[in-house]
Amino acid sequence: MAITTHKDLQPLTSTQAQRYAASADRRMRLFNRCCTGVLIAFALLWLVPLAWALDTALKPNGETIDPTWVIENPTLASFRALLAQGDILNWYAASFITSSLAAAGTVITASLAAYALSRMRFRFRLLAFWFILIGIMIPRQVLIVPQFRELGSVDLLNTYWAVILPSIPTAIAVFVFKQFFDGIPKDLDEAARIDGAGFFHTYRRIVMPLARPAVSAVAIFSFVWAWNDLLWPLLALTNPQIMTIPVGLATVQGTYGIRYADTMASAVLGALPLVLVFLLFQRRIVEGIAGTGLKG
Amino acid sequence: MASTEITGPAGTVAPARTEPRTTGRRRSPSGTKRENRLSGHGWPGLLFLAPFLVMYLLFIVGPAVYGLVMSFFHTSMVSPGLGEFAGFGNYAEALSSSDFWSALWQTIWFTILTTPPLIALALVFALLAERARRARWFFRLAFFLPYILPSAVVALIWIWMYTPELGLLSRAVTSLGFAEPDWLGDPDFAMVSLAITTVWWTLGFNFVLYLAGLQEIPRELYEASSIDGAGPWQQIRLITVPLLARTTSLVVVLQVIASLKVFDQMYIMTQGGPNYATRSLLQYVFDVGFTDFRSGAAAAASTLFFVVVLAVSAFWLVMTRRQEPEL
Repeated sequence: MAITTHKDLQPLTSTQAQRYAASADRRMRLFNRCCTGVLIAFALLWLVPLAWALDTALKPNGETIDPTWVIENPTLASFRALLAQGDILNWYAASFITSSLAAAGTVITASLAAYALSRMRFRFRLLAFWFILIGIMIPRQVLIVPQFRELGSVDLLNTYWAVILPSIPTAIAVFVFKQFFDGIPKDLDEAARIDGAGFFHTYRRIVMPLARPAVSAVAIFSFVWAWNDLLWPLLALTNPQIMTIPVGLATVQGTYGIRYADTMASAVLGALPLVLVFLLFQRRIVEGIAGTGLKG
Repeated sequence: MASTEITGPAGTVAPARTEPRTTGRRRSPSGTKRENRLSGHGWPGLLFLAPFLVMYLLFIVGPAVYGLVMSFFHTSMVSPGLGEFAGFGNYAEALSSSDFWSALWQTIWFTILTTPPLIALALVFALLAERARRARWFFRLAFFLPYILPSAVVALIWIWMYTPELGLLSRAVTSLGFAEPDWLGDPDFAMVSLAITTVWWTLGFNFVLYLAGLQEIPRELYEASSIDGAGPWQQIRLITVPLLARTTSLVVVLQVIASLKVFDQMYIMTQGGPNYATRSLLQYVFDVGFTDFRSGAAAAASTLFFVVVLAVSAFWLVMTRRQEPEL
């Protein structure tokens, strides 16, 4: 029935209309329930690889070739072996230090810049705006060759700084902040300024506290991007002592041979911090993507 | 993409000339001392910008310019200095090298394999999720959780899934009565396997964008159309999908660019093999720069890669401008 046929319909009496609406309603509910069923099936399918990895990690290495989900002798031996061996703890530390500092650096520098662009008038303002906008177009991946020479020339390769410093300037973060700041009524900080507060005071005490959603979105995303980055840290960190989790896992990949339980245990350990981040900040992450289309 | 920031000031009709929104512009440019102090004429503005700009110059713009310069020299990684001037030699070399074209084709092939399913499935899942009143958190968990895992974790799990004879997928395929493909070892099939992994890994991002797009469709449209007798299928076809056009165009461009930037999956799962059948453009840069130590040639290849990405973004901007003049 095409939507345009409504012209031909006779005016309905109220009981007819009610009956009609009720049947349409029932049809719709049934349809919705079918949709839910189909989607649950797909969602379960999507969880299979993760469940299978966990399942494998909990088996003894010798039993991983059994084609079964049932774990006959559940064991944490693989996890214990990995933790005892110790590399993964170093990688955790490296990832945690580099990602936290990168996120903090991004939040601070980007929000200060955005505050200037949103609230202050000065010479070169428009120039700065466009200059930063261009940065959004430059994929970090095209910078690996010159960056390697640059950081090598100041002897920073194989230090945490090699990974932290280049990930701090994030042009898109400036615009996320600016957009948010632009939405905060100017009267608020102008009042404070008339009362004699300096720009920095206004930024710290008035604008930033109001911009919490932007701060957390930028912080979480910078953290996750830095944590998951592979290409640059792979080049910059070759010393196993200070590798980040992805670099470490990519490097030892293959050395486990047929010890599938150990391999999966390392994957599970590598996933764990991000699963936690996801569970804690699920809503913020989803809102951040929906609001800004941030993509790593 | 700084989506809304590219829009002109409120009330502008022609969007061709875009300007950032500034209150100052519309105010009279009177320069009393008090107003100057309040609006931050002079140094304070640049002071606030300085930390970002310094880092930005040092680690983004600087390297970008340095790389561009380097691409015109026979720079080597093992010797200091730029080396001999090469003119367009590095570019000519890349453009006449079959390895470069093969890597470009592998990258495009990967993009072709991943983009349609990543968009179609994300849209279908979002449409289904929209109709499910309950268990939304569960769908978000299932589809989105893989997206924030590191590529290395994803790769390890899928190498295990694809392990010949023992892997879960291998077993699933054989138990359904098919011959098991050599997932990562067959030059013709390896890219398909990588695409399957990538769809599983990154679908959640598009799913979330579509969910957000669906929220913006006014409920009244559905109510009105259902009074007019439209069934659910008609509603999806005639209301939902057309009104999602904007979201779809954003999803497509972000997806194409992300797929072109592929590196991690190939590097870990196939090392570009078998027989270079899955070597992406970024891995070509990586190999030339860090295995052959030819920084100049690698910088030229990076620049070419950048041009490809830029072309996609430019194409998208032109297309969306034409579609919706108000954007």
